[in-house]
Amino acid sequence: MQKLGEFKLPHFFNYPPYFTLQPVRDTREKQIQLWKELILDYCKTQKLFVIALEEEFPLFTNTVIERSLTNEAREAFLSALVSEGRAEWMDKGHRKCLILWHRIQDWADILLQFAKDNGLEDGVVTIEEIRFGTESQGTELHGIDRTILNRALKLLEQKGKLVVFKGTSTDDEGIKFSV
Amino acid sequence: MAGNSLPPVNLTDNGRPVLLPNEIECFFLSGVDLLCEDEPNSWFPHLKSGLLILTTHRLLWLPDTAVASSSSASAVHLSSISHIFPNKKSLKSVFASRRIRFQVSPETGSRSVVVTVVVRGKGDFDAFVAKFWENWRGRAWEESEKVASSSSNAVAGAGSASSGSGIYSSDGTVRMVGVSGILRKEQEMWESTDKSLQDAFQDLNALMSKAKEMVMLAEKMRLKLLSGSNSQTNTTNDEEMGSKEEMQELLLSVGIISPVTKESAGALYHQQLSRQLADFVKVPLERSGGIINLIDIYCLFNRARGTELISPDDLLQACSLWEKFDVPIVLRKFDSGVMVIQNKSHSDEEVFTKIKALVMKPDALRAGISPSDAARTLGVAPAMAKEHLLSAESKGILCRDVSPDGFRFYINLFPEIDRDDVYLVKDQGIYPSWVRAIPALG
Repeated sequence: MQKLGEFKLPHFFNYPPYFTLQPVRDTREKQIQLWKELILDYCKTQKLFVIALEEEFPLFTNTVIERSLTNEAREAFLSALVSEGRAEWMDKGHRKCLILWHRIQDWADILLQFAKDNGLEDGVVTIEEIRFGTESQGTELHGIDRTILNRALKLLEQKGKLVVFKGTSTDDEGIKFSV
Repeated sequence: MAGNSLPPVNLTDNGRPVLLPNEIECFFLSGVDLLCEDEPNSWFPHLKSGLLILTTHRLLWLPDTAVASSSSASAVHLSSISHIFPNKKSLKSVFASRRIRFQVSPETGSRSVVVTVVVRGKGDFDAFVAKFWENWRGRAWEESEKVASSSSNAVAGAGSASSGSGIYSSDGTVRMVGVSGILRKEQEMWESTDKSLQDAFQDLNALMSKAKEMVMLAEKMRLKLLSGSNSQTNTTNDEEMGSKEEMQELLLSVGIISPVTKESAGALYHQQLSRQLADFVKVPLERSGGIINLIDIYCLFNRARGTELISPDDLLQACSLWEKFDVPIVLRKFDSGVMVIQNKSHSDEEVFTKIKALVMKPDALRAGISPSDAARTLGVAPAMAKEHLLSAESKGILCRDVSPDGFRFYINLFPEIDRDDVYLVKDQGIYPSWVRAIPALG
């Protein structure tokens, strides 16, 4: 099985037409589907949150068969993810895409679970600790993208599950749970 | 005060000097004095601060109109100048006004005197001096005298043989000299062009009005034909039909398509052409594997005809008539817009089967096929093969691969891939065959 880093690649990754945006509707739909899944899986295992179209993205190139997705194809597949709510464009020019391999709601749930698992139902914890602390190690929260975390926090704040308060610097920002 | 024995200069109403025949003005200087400092001087006047005009024939001095002057416009004919003194540049000349001296004799017998031209106004003095020398040496008046004498000889007795002045030459035509001459020449050219254009447009107008009549006539005939074909209860005897067909032929030959064509089985011309074409197409069609590009037929057919070539429109019409006859060929248009002639017996399914077989071969599984590969297998031209491949693609049989290596086609694997388990490869089917064929996998 071919690998990209630690990621196991499916066989059809070596199928040259996979890298050409197909014109026939039915064929294209299937192709888009497969790419969407692949992108989400890859980002999840590699813990990637942002794809920049103009930069190198290992998944979009297959050096073995010497094929690479065109910009048009990349945008087509990412747009499909955006339409499904599994990604968001970060700029109007569609140059950067935020990948939500967990939806924001899912992240919110994960945060609550984290609070429960660590006895923080009424407790206080800093953003820094959530992202890089020892408690979060081994969980999906570890190394989470800042933007995504903020969105999840906002969601929970609106539901009254926590309060965000600012410290002296951004790293000192803290959360008080009230689960 | 000296007398004035200089010949006068005739002026026009607007103060312009009247020139001698062939005389051309060359230089203007303002604020010029013409003085004679010789003693005694009985004939050269004291001309102060006037306009000096150097011509090919004379030096004209005109009084400054702004200043009331007792002097009148006078002329010194260059032929009366015996000597021009070279300009000596001295210290004095740097500070004084520029001046040049010449020796001149009057028409009358008086003594020659030295006249000084004092230039107080602005002007390129050196250029003037150079031109002065040039004109004096050029002796243009001798030329004009010759011409004048010869032309006055030619115009024997006819009153107005004038060594007259100004713009009219001795034979009365307008003289084309000087800048005004150039302008006049241009003007004449414009006028003659204008006239010939007008004449041309007269013809065009005549043509247009005739064309209008033609169009009305054609309309009348068209309506008559239409009404004639609709009224089937009326006499449909052969004579009338014959004349009607004649009319259609006539209209066609003038380039007007009869509207009846679609209703009847088409004009005779196209019918005949259609049959002829069907016969002709048999051989090339076989040679190219049962399918041939319409453009190729157009070229082949016209080449065979030699003369009386047909137009693309004729060809299209002829092909479209085939469905009305019992011919084994059809005109077909692909999605890409390419038009071909193919056998009725031609089956797309057959072609697709052949393509599928080709594309499942191990080499094709690995590297796909190009239109040339398909052309070889199908026995048709590469352009035709490409059309077949594109049809197969649109049916979901093939997938395209576009890369710097070119445009290739592979068997379509996408339907075989399980979206819920992308790593799953069944034991049987196209997908496993493909996986087995690829050395990189496994």
